[in-house]
Amino acid sequence: MIRKALWLSATSAFLTLFTISGHAEDRVVNVYNWSDYIDSSIIDDFTKKTGIKVVYDTFDSNEILETKLLAGGSGYDVVVPSAHFLARQIQAGVFQKLDKSKLPNISNMWDVVSERTAKYDPGNEYSVNYMWGTVGLGYNVKKVEAALGTDKIDSWDVFFNPDKLAKLKDCGVYVLDSPTDVIPAALKYLGLDPNSTSPDDIAKAEEALLKVRPYVRKFHSSEYINALANGDICLAIGWSGDVFQARNRAEEAKQGVEIAYSVPKEGAQMWFDQMAIPADAPHVAEGLEFINYMMTPEVIAKSSNYVLYANGNKASQQFIDKAILEDPAVYPDEETMKKLYTVAPYDPKTQRIITRTWTEIVTGQ
Amino acid sequence: MTDIAATAAPSTETATLPARLATGFVNRLVIIVPYLWLLFFFLVPFIIVFKISLSQTAISMPPYTPVLGFKDGISGFFAGVRELNFDNYTWLTQDALYFNAYVTSLVIAGISTILTLIVGYPIAYGMARAPATIRPTLLMLVILPFWTSFLIRVYAWIGILKPEGLLNQVLLATGLISQPLVILNTYTAIFIGIVYSYLPFMVLPLYSSLEKMDYSLIEAAQDLGCPPTGAFWKITFPLSLPGVVAGCLLVFIPAVGEFVIPDLLGGSQTLMIGKTLWNEFFSNRDWPVSSAVAVILLLVLTIPIMFFQQAQAKAQEQGR
Repeated sequence: MIRKALWLSATSAFLTLFTISGHAEDRVVNVYNWSDYIDSSIIDDFTKKTGIKVVYDTFDSNEILETKLLAGGSGYDVVVPSAHFLARQIQAGVFQKLDKSKLPNISNMWDVVSERTAKYDPGNEYSVNYMWGTVGLGYNVKKVEAALGTDKIDSWDVFFNPDKLAKLKDCGVYVLDSPTDVIPAALKYLGLDPNSTSPDDIAKAEEALLKVRPYVRKFHSSEYINALANGDICLAIGWSGDVFQARNRAEEAKQGVEIAYSVPKEGAQMWFDQMAIPADAPHVAEGLEFINYMMTPEVIAKSSNYVLYANGNKASQQFIDKAILEDPAVYPDEETMKKLYTVAPYDPKTQRIITRTWTEIVTGQ
Repeated sequence: MTDIAATAAPSTETATLPARLATGFVNRLVIIVPYLWLLFFFLVPFIIVFKISLSQTAISMPPYTPVLGFKDGISGFFAGVRELNFDNYTWLTQDALYFNAYVTSLVIAGISTILTLIVGYPIAYGMARAPATIRPTLLMLVILPFWTSFLIRVYAWIGILKPEGLLNQVLLATGLISQPLVILNTYTAIFIGIVYSYLPFMVLPLYSSLEKMDYSLIEAAQDLGCPPTGAFWKITFPLSLPGVVAGCLLVFIPAVGEFVIPDLLGGSQTLMIGKTLWNEFFSNRDWPVSSAVAVILLLVLTIPIMFFQQAQAKAQEQGR
């Protein structure tokens, strides 16, 4: 009887889908990029110009991309990991060196960014920058003003000072569920080296985070976009571009929600998303052509105008909307730029300490 | 398996020898299909995961040291067997995190299963007692939600449960509450999500066993003066027990490893084994330890169920 009942439900519940993939004779490039991260007309223009068909697929976390790459045979020709992850992936032998002779547009790149990405990819041999941004504070201007009496946030103090954060508890605080973004910020706030791998320093960061933990509603890496836009929360530690997306969605919704983004004055982490070609990519020539196209100043400017992130292409800046180029939250001024820091990838042992510490902060266990 | 052989035997008794052999072959073929299914979709993946759980992490593709390969021939394989170590399993015992995560998962799955049973039983009972003409429609209505993406349906619950959501708006408007209820990001939201998502898995087996029930038994009980509740507990419920067990297993087993529902509806403090596994696999990139977590989870789930099935089989034999 039990077996029969199991069979009935199993057969009625499960649908197996078989997808048949065909081989096209046309030239193809398989691109794997972050979701909501390109103006789709760019892809159409690329196909029109080169005749190469683009199979565009998206992911929403570095971890998912990394797992596919480490398993091997992903079938992708161009992928866009963050530099932090890229560094370790290069060590694991995931990528191939880029043939710079096929990338004439590389002369357009911005040394300010290239110097920093070289920390992850020495000599920028394996990757080219797509977009970059910061980890900062996104907030609901009116709600923060009502709770704290100021409509301008410029310091990590609003988050790490328990007295201040307690006042924001009821209107809602979200934090990225990403220890590599939040723990360095805590270290920076405490005046320590954000790159520190010393267990003592990490313990101090944990202490600072545990003090404010009771006032955090949720740790999540994407829900805060909608939560900010809908006015469900008033403060989030988030990635710059995501907060801008929330700001735009809130404006479109016309519900009176006003979102702002702040790069804290103590300093904020810079992150870079890098285009790279897997070692086992099936269409290397097409991949290089795609990357080269993306380095065309007009093209990457169009992308920046759409996704609201800064790019690492100096020549593109004349084509970027003035409002974006002059927004210090997107293109920080020189003084802020000096305070931005990068975080080197952790060795496996430190990574384990960081993850374990993070679990303790988030779950209390 | 033995059932099939037993039911097939009488018909072959009078048949000639070649015909008997042919039926035997067909019977065996029928049995082979589920076994092949188990072999390819359960045993082989399990062996792969188990093999990874015995290796160590490395910065390479794939990110662990190879163990037990046939690269150096058979002798190399046996040399590898001698070097096997269970470090990753001892690691799991050194940190209370893993134990707590297993326990939390089992408790959450257990409570959800009971809640699903309480909600599902009246539905299945109502369906089984409905006129035969509308039963297919009712069955369809239970299955229908499967046609929309599971993820979208769970997302919809965020819109319903959030502080400014549908539920709170309705309750506030009717004056039942004066302060919005905080449901989203709590354990309550996880239970709601699991009960909602797994309800069909409970209703379908319950329905299939209730539908076959002979209702003249109830009439007989009532004629003999048994009150309706007594008749339910003495007749209906015991007869539906196979459906109850099947439904509970179908809900409990996937609920233990549930990852999406606690992630979307639950608070950050919820520590379930699915999230722990995710952390090991994705954040720490430690495929061996995460494989060990998965192997232990499988043991935690299958061993009690095996004992349970054995006990049931024994009870059935004694009943005869």
